Amino acid sequence: MRDQDVIVLQEPRLTAVERLYLPQILDGLRTTLRHMFSLARRRQTVRQYPEDTRQGRGELRIANYRGVHRLNKDPHGRVACVACFMCSTACPVQCIHIEAGESPWPDREKCPVKFDIDELRCIYCGFCEEACPVDAIELTPHYELVGRTREEMILDKEKLLAVYERTKELKPRKNPPITDYGLTGGQPPEVSRPNVQGKV
Amino acid sequence: MQDQDVQRVERLLRSPWVVIGAGVLLLALVGGLLALTFPLYRDLLASPFWFPIIVMTGMLMLILTSTAICILAERKIAAFTQDRHGPNRVGWWGLLQPVADGLKFLLKEDIIPRNVDRPLFLLAPCLSLTISLIGFAIIPWAGQVHWPWMEPGATVSTQVASLDIGVLYLLAVGSLGVYGVVLAGYASNNKYSFYGGMRAAAQMISYELPLGLALVCLLLTTGSLRLEVIVQQQATSGLWYVFIHPLVFLLVLVSGFAETNRLPFDLPEAEQELVGGYHTEYSSMKFAMFFLAEYAHMITGSALMIALFFGGWAPLPFSSWLADRTTWWAMLVRLGIYLGKIGLFIGLFMLVRWTLPRFRFDQLMRLAWRSLAPIGLGLVAGMAVLTAIGLHRTWWACLALNLLVTLVVLRLAAHARRPVTGRQEDLPDLNVFPIGTPTGVIDHA
Repeated sequence: MRDQDVIVLQEPRLTAVERLYLPQILDGLRTTLRHMFSLARRRQTVRQYPEDTRQGRGELRIANYRGVHRLNKDPHGRVACVACFMCSTACPVQCIHIEAGESPWPDREKCPVKFDIDELRCIYCGFCEEACPVDAIELTPHYELVGRTREEMILDKEKLLAVYERTKELKPRKNPPITDYGLTGGQPPEVSRPNVQGKV
Repeated sequence: MQDQDVQRVERLLRSPWVVIGAGVLLLALVGGLLALTFPLYRDLLASPFWFPIIVMTGMLMLILTSTAICILAERKIAAFTQDRHGPNRVGWWGLLQPVADGLKFLLKEDIIPRNVDRPLFLLAPCLSLTISLIGFAIIPWAGQVHWPWMEPGATVSTQVASLDIGVLYLLAVGSLGVYGVVLAGYASNNKYSFYGGMRAAAQMISYELPLGLALVCLLLTTGSLRLEVIVQQQATSGLWYVFIHPLVFLLVLVSGFAETNRLPFDLPEAEQELVGGYHTEYSSMKFAMFFLAEYAHMITGSALMIALFFGGWAPLPFSSWLADRTTWWAMLVRLGIYLGKIGLFIGLFMLVRWTLPRFRFDQLMRLAWRSLAPIGLGLVAGMAVLTAIGLHRTWWACLALNLLVTLVVLRLAAHARRPVTGRQEDLPDLNVFPIGTPTGVIDHA
């Protein structure tokens, strides 16, 4: 590093009033009091979660939200996955376990016999969704995932397909399968564009 | 039951009228009971021996209950200053949260670590709570009261103990409070707890000094250590001492914050540095006792400051209304006013806590020794001069002295190069282990 690259920051010189510390304390108290008595600001900031959700307010960005996984079905009702192992390879925590089998359909060679995702291990990074060449695996806006045992939290193929059935109205499958890399998700731009509303 | 019925009952229970009705019912019940049993305690109320005991019991109950409410208030104020709602699930707007908290504390497992100093470990929370509660003995809650059935002219005092050394007693008890903290830190056999306790001791000793000096100035003006006399003086003249001694009040306020270990001076329990400070190893009810002690301490501190500077039970500044009344309704009004003032003070304590960041330890020490103590010394010297020329009871002389010292301080501050609390680079360069020296080797050369 050269000497001219070093930026020396000087602490700003305090004025006589600031050095006394007391006026600054009063200033701080004014700020906290202002926040204390502004109900509107509080209402805007806080969501009373179980009754008032982001989705209920229409603030959840459905196309981008990374919640529980689902396995998509193609228009004929078949599982869209071709068991290419791209997602389990891309997965940074190895939470996807696939066993491939011969496909009964003429348009593809393989299909998954087993497709398990350990939802406790998953970090919801969305790499699997990006890796999938046929847009079969997707993350949904569902985040209320609970279970009593660890085994229950390993979602198998049937459960993942059931998630698709539950969420296909909310977030339709991108069709045709090769799409714009999940940028819009087929939603209008005001829904899909990130940071469309200013942060509170 | 049908789902709709459940919802209807739920809605009914959530409505504010239920809690208002319950409150009115409770008041009516207590009032009715008191009215029915009146002949039983009529003579006790008039007795100068029993009446203080009744006051003591009542106030003890009130304070222990209000500490629980204080905790709720603290959380609510914390939430409101941070644009949150705070606890609002238990009861109406979270009003039953203290009950839930208390139950939780009672039911939690009480862990005593194996390597602690057992007797001291058990003693510390009791000591802490007891000491913070005995301070209430000398608070003059509502002055003298004359019950209608007493002989004309006779009165009983609402003060539990009228001590000649009133203010000194409060100072002594207030600084005893640190014993609980130090013992807890020592007995825990944990270096972070111990460090917290040591910090508390050092802080207490440092801030006793400005507090004592400031109180000396005030006591030269009042001429008495009895709290009830000080309050009566203010109530009669209407000149609260905060108007006469504003700078003295400021010193007492800052020291009061430090004495109660509240933010910005809560270094003994600094979570970020000391895990939990002196109560790291405590759990369940013993932890709750430390908690109660802190809030009780806060209430004592506020009561002391109000008695000394804000006229105690005196309702209005610059007026002597109610000052010489001894009827029972005047007593109730005074009590309400005292408690209201304490509430306001505690609100200030909490608001300050959620506004200011914590001091570094050297800043804390520098604030006490380099700025508060010299100001206190200057004030004492000035008051000594005023006493010598016989002006220590005149309000304008005291006010002029306070303003003069304030101006001098402002003048000095305008020329100081550093803030009073100092900066990181002002720390002494101890250089115990210079870089490159292996730390295990001591060079004796």
